[in-house]
Amino acid sequence: MTHWIGEKLNALFSPEWAAYVGYILAGLAIIILVVVMAVVSIYLERKIAAFMQMRLGPMRVGKWGTLQAFADVFKLMLKEPLTPAQADKQLFNIAPYLVLTVSFLAFAPIAFSPSLQLWDMNIGVLYITSVSSMGVIGILMAGWASNNKYSLLGAMRSGAQIVSYELSAGIAILTIVMMSGSLSVSGIIKSQADGWWIFKGHIPALIAFVIFAIASTAELNRAPFDLAEAEQELTAGFHTEYSGMQFAMFFLAEYTNMFIVSMLGTTLFLGGWMPLHIGNWDAFNQIMDKIPPFLWFFGKVFISLFMIIWFRWTFPRLRIDQLLKLEWKYLLPIGMVNLVIGSIITWLGWIF
Amino acid sequence: MENIIGSQIIQSSDDEFIINVGPQHPSTHGVLHLQLKLDGEKIVDLKPFLGYIHRGIEKMSESLNYKQFIYLTSRMDYLSAHINNQACCLAIEKAIQAEVPERARVIRTLMAELTRLASHQLWWGSTGLDMGAVSPFFYAFREREMILEIFEETCGSRLTMNYCVPGGVMNDIHPDFVRKVKQIIKQFRDNLHEYDELLTNNPIFQSRTIGVGYLSREEAISLACTGPVARASGISCDVRKKEPYDAYDRVTFDEIITTEGDCFARYKVRLEEMKQSMNIIEQLIDNIPAGEYRTKIKGIIKPPAGEYYQRVETARGELGIYLVSDGTNKPYRIKFRTPNFSNLGALKPMSLGGKIGDLVAIMASLDLIIPDIDR
Repeated sequence: MTHWIGEKLNALFSPEWAAYVGYILAGLAIIILVVVMAVVSIYLERKIAAFMQMRLGPMRVGKWGTLQAFADVFKLMLKEPLTPAQADKQLFNIAPYLVLTVSFLAFAPIAFSPSLQLWDMNIGVLYITSVSSMGVIGILMAGWASNNKYSLLGAMRSGAQIVSYELSAGIAILTIVMMSGSLSVSGIIKSQADGWWIFKGHIPALIAFVIFAIASTAELNRAPFDLAEAEQELTAGFHTEYSGMQFAMFFLAEYTNMFIVSMLGTTLFLGGWMPLHIGNWDAFNQIMDKIPPFLWFFGKVFISLFMIIWFRWTFPRLRIDQLLKLEWKYLLPIGMVNLVIGSIITWLGWIF
Repeated sequence: MENIIGSQIIQSSDDEFIINVGPQHPSTHGVLHLQLKLDGEKIVDLKPFLGYIHRGIEKMSESLNYKQFIYLTSRMDYLSAHINNQACCLAIEKAIQAEVPERARVIRTLMAELTRLASHQLWWGSTGLDMGAVSPFFYAFREREMILEIFEETCGSRLTMNYCVPGGVMNDIHPDFVRKVKQIIKQFRDNLHEYDELLTNNPIFQSRTIGVGYLSREEAISLACTGPVARASGISCDVRKKEPYDAYDRVTFDEIITTEGDCFARYKVRLEEMKQSMNIIEQLIDNIPAGEYRTKIKGIIKPPAGEYYQRVETARGELGIYLVSDGTNKPYRIKFRTPNFSNLGALKPMSLGGKIGDLVAIMASLDLIIPDIDR
């Protein structure tokens, strides 16, 4: 389908313009994809949370509450975006859009299926990690510009947390990059044609996966690491003063980051769009090959999303010093040792 | 007293940061206003400000007659509403030396223990909520809802039941009462393992509470703490044991005392108290004596002039009613010694030096009800 669109564009415009229009279309496609995924996963989160808590969840808007997310967005659009009188108005108004833009940027190198990838750059994984770490600037901006002590405390917590946990997440990613010998997203996925890294990377890959799961949940500011917006302590943390669509931007950015993290985890550990193959069991492998790659990809992404949602509705919240202790005393040293072991294994060629 | 009432905190250096928690804040469970002086996340100073929900219940009681003022106390500690009413009735009965039928005594005790169970269940849920775990709240409400339904059947309302009257109870128990109480006890016992799985044995919850908010035995005595807060610091103070009232002299139960004095100890004390409440209910539910549920007391009560004091054990500690009568049909003076007011005093010594997260855990473990502090 992408080729067909490309031909049509080339027929309509000069090659230069065709490229530009192509970029715009691709960007729009990503935005639509994210919004659709956000609607689906907000609904999923509410329903999963409800079932975990013996409730029904949204039931009134649409059949089984399926249109609840649209109703919420409509309500937020009608709300007035308030700016506090003493706030730094420019920073205050830029912050939500910055956070959202940054999280959209990280979608560029993600491979949804063999033929569906916006930009197959050779440093794709590095690009995702560096771009997604810029989100903290927006959060700090929001917290500082709100001129609210709760917001400031939330933003400072968030800053400390994201900066710390990025190290562990980075080291976990490095382990896989080292094993596959490639920084490009498509290269990493192709290296898993004969088995996902979580299976063929032995124990180091498994440990890296656990560290990645913990560290990325912490980077997302979601429970049990939701100290930046800890409701019972800081009311709503850095977005206390935001209302209407500006709040919705933060909310959407949180979900977008969830997708990025799930997609990155899927790409690195769960084989991206690669189907599940079991050894030499050909009949099974052929059936698995029949399922289209993008379904594999999104299936894995939604399983990861379910894990993140499951964490949130099960655990109590950590305290700030315990959070930092977990990172600097446990995750980071374990990750370092794991990286060394992983490099030895790779060097000796002990991976399948 | 200086832990409770005082002037505003003044910022003394640039490193410090003054923040107002409340009167509208998710973890103060009402309109408590705390002023915190922070050094980063560390609490350097703390001062509670009261009076946001002061309704003058003590003063209002002086203009109502003896049968009426009882029900104002439902609005003090609304989660122990029945026990508050019971205390007032006991004080009045003491004053007029009325005999209460055995059946009424047992029904009152049963209701009081069900109230305690419901109150502790709400506390358990909100403790989880304060720690950031939302799901436990709904599991706690599952059992609490059944208890409230029992109340509704017998008393007509769910929270402020107004079931006690001087001389007995308002009306007889519902025919389904015994069966439903047995059912809830069985269900609660079956579900107790979920309580342990969700919070008690959770490593994150334990790390948030063990060693946090330590209250020594001496401090607990000097701050007049009562109830689970004092018992977690090793003080034996259960009024049900010390001065049995109603049917507590005929049941056997343990007074739960631990000596750790931290948030987890207070948590464990309340959890064990729920099991003891169930024991009490099980001992009484099959032995409700037949007979009258209320002695007839004439319309206008005029206790002889004098001073009367009655104390009971609510879900949060010791509630004392000090009643001064001048021989008319209205009390001359009423003074309530409420458990939450004195327990609030322990907040400052417990939370100094802790983090903001600790403060939330400590407030959850104190189980404060703000209308009971202000009255």
